[in-house]
Amino acid sequence: MEVTLRIKRFNPEQDQKPHFEEYQVEVEPLDRVLDALNQIKWHQDGTLTYRRSCAHGICGSDAVRINGRNRLACKTLMKDLGRKITIEPLIGFKVEKDLLVDMEKFFDAYKSVKPYLIADDAPSTGERLQSPEERHVFDDTTKCILCAACTTACPVTWTSDDFVGPAAIVNAHRFIFDSRDTGGRERLRILNSGTGVWRCRTVFNCTDACPRDIKITEAIEQVKRALLFEGV
Amino acid sequence: MAYHRYDAVIVGAGGAGLMAAIQLAGKANIAVVSKLYPPRSHTGAAQGGISAALGNREEDHWEWHMYDTVKGGDYLVDQDAAEVLAREAIDAVLELEHMGLPFNRTEQGKIDQRFFGGHTRNYGEAPVRRACYAADRTGHMIIQTLYQQGIKHDVNFFDEHHLVDILFSEDGACCGVVTYEIKTGELHTIHAKTVLIASGGYGRVFKVTSNALAGTGDGIAIAYRRGVPLMDMEMYQFHPTGLYKLGILVSEAARGEGGKVINGLGEAFAARYAPTLKDLAPRDMMSRFIYQEVKEGRGIDGKDYVFLDVSHLPPEVIDEKIPDVTDFARVYLGVEPKKEGIPIQPTAHYAMGGLPTNVDAQVIANPDGETIPGFYAAGESACVSVHGANRLGTNSLVDLVVFGRRAGQRMLKEIQETDWATLPQDPQAKAEAQIAELLGRESGENAADIRATMQDVMMDKVSVVRDEPRMREAMQTIHELQSAYRHVAIQDHGKRFNTDLLEAMELGNMLDLAETIIHGAIERKESRGAHYREDYQSRDDINWLAHSMIYQTADGLNLRKKPVVITTFEPKERKY
Repeated sequence: MEVTLRIKRFNPEQDQKPHFEEYQVEVEPLDRVLDALNQIKWHQDGTLTYRRSCAHGICGSDAVRINGRNRLACKTLMKDLGRKITIEPLIGFKVEKDLLVDMEKFFDAYKSVKPYLIADDAPSTGERLQSPEERHVFDDTTKCILCAACTTACPVTWTSDDFVGPAAIVNAHRFIFDSRDTGGRERLRILNSGTGVWRCRTVFNCTDACPRDIKITEAIEQVKRALLFEGV
Repeated sequence: MAYHRYDAVIVGAGGAGLMAAIQLAGKANIAVVSKLYPPRSHTGAAQGGISAALGNREEDHWEWHMYDTVKGGDYLVDQDAAEVLAREAIDAVLELEHMGLPFNRTEQGKIDQRFFGGHTRNYGEAPVRRACYAADRTGHMIIQTLYQQGIKHDVNFFDEHHLVDILFSEDGACCGVVTYEIKTGELHTIHAKTVLIASGGYGRVFKVTSNALAGTGDGIAIAYRRGVPLMDMEMYQFHPTGLYKLGILVSEAARGEGGKVINGLGEAFAARYAPTLKDLAPRDMMSRFIYQEVKEGRGIDGKDYVFLDVSHLPPEVIDEKIPDVTDFARVYLGVEPKKEGIPIQPTAHYAMGGLPTNVDAQVIANPDGETIPGFYAAGESACVSVHGANRLGTNSLVDLVVFGRRAGQRMLKEIQETDWATLPQDPQAKAEAQIAELLGRESGENAADIRATMQDVMMDKVSVVRDEPRMREAMQTIHELQSAYRHVAIQDHGKRFNTDLLEAMELGNMLDLAETIIHGAIERKESRGAHYREDYQSRDDINWLAHSMIYQTADGLNLRKKPVVITTFEPKERKY
């Protein structure tokens, strides 16, 4: 079937401001949006620019706005989109070129919550023990692929420059609720500040946007409850 | 021109590169270069597990793991290296756990383990639970955990830098790299005492592959053009269960948990070929079984695919143990694995070959094992060789953790003992010329067309089953494509984020690697592991119990043999 891709283009080396360009592409219903982008890049316009790598929803490179919703281009199929498809870069980060945005702010927010195990010395032999139940508590937030779909779907991040955003909180959650970790208080203190979880307005945009189906709003609420009821 | 000086530069931020970086962090001044952001690296796509003889579920010994690795590799494995792999796997997995990796757990709170293809108890008696795992996203958790450690140790990352050249001093020591900063189009010379190539594999040479679009073998190809030999390039693994047409991997864990491969007659045919291990036979064999079933008309509806069936498994096993791969079937093929078979076909998955190294990850220059000062390789880029002619499932993750770690440790020693070698004059000259040529050409051949033809011909003629006439045709095509490539023209002539330029450079790398794969495959006149020839159907230990080392010379490709190291297990016929 033939579809029209309406793509927001911007090349700061040439353009004053962004504009839309339309491309006609012949696709199969099970083709990914990424396949259509590749077809355009390889056979119509080599200047079209976007990030991609694994092409099956694991590496987190190709989050874009597809018909107004944040989605991975490699995990969204043509059959679910209709004949005219609008593709734009994520909102809230500086557009570097076409669909490719500056990720530095995103990774800085991630790094700010100390996203690594903080723990006492490991046992000299064998592993640290953890029951299947303890492991299950933070299972959902281990799935994050750092694609930024959630953070750039959050209306708070559109208007506030310093909110750490849902992805950083998800990654803090992954360690705060890990029974092996002892850095929970440090992270909770960070998330209790003006840039932390209290900026969240429970809009659920993040949960809707997550390509890994992480219950992000729930994870943020768990962090809020930990702050309220366990204190820091 | 930007100039930097470090003790070590690591190219590639997947499992091997990051593992090396963590060894060096705080002890040496290091830079980690990646054309992606580190957590995007393809280690993250690994699914099923990482093997180590922990014995958490049942009796196990590293000697059994070593034996399985040697036999799995059809005796082309260097046994001194397999011993290191199997022995050090235990510590390496525990180190990952100590770093925070969230493994699944046993009721006792230990790391849980499950079955995987080719891993057995007591030297081949029966399957053994050896694969440590985190659901079916073990690689994802490894790359996340190692990146987290990189952040903790304040590692200096050069994100989105594309490798363009590797630099050698006049007396042959590796002394740095040239990278292209994707954001600005600026070249950087990184002068270093030691260079580690950990830039992954090159599955994108083939049409149907589980590999990322970034899997283009840059580090290997660039080293090869600089005169470094490549080893066992003909040994390329096709994983039996890739999603039909897409090649997306469906982990062997699906079979480890009890899934079966079914033909058009509804028959679980693996038992006919491998009576002991059945569906847990090694990948090279499973891929050939599928090829044979399809060839004899027993594909689904007579077509070129079969089913992977997990519908008989308890739904909670599917949801808890293999959630991601069953989700791939739902998302990409619209198939519900709890009710119906998943259409699968063999998919280009893993390069056993690559840059030849010793067990300390030092790249060697010749069959005598002489090392190249300052030059290291680890992970899929390297050929130690621990995988021989066919890698066992889970052993890629073991490889990159064990040998990434050893690389870092050996590099530290060299850093402490040596000074910086002198850079060649005008170190960026070659990189500048290559980029200027690609940017300057206004019209010519289309890179995507060349790439598609290469991928088609490699899939048709140099994949699961090979023979000389078809490989000669493939070689002819690759040579024509290399000629066309010299006239390739891109459309983006800008400096910022010029991914058109990057894809063209990657294509040049893949064409050179394709040529080495075919050359090795034509020369190796036997069948062994993943290299199966219809015109030479048996293994030939008299002539080919040897690694192939391929050199690029002025007179074309030159192949030399390197004897396999055999310490413990005499080659035997490989039956499962």
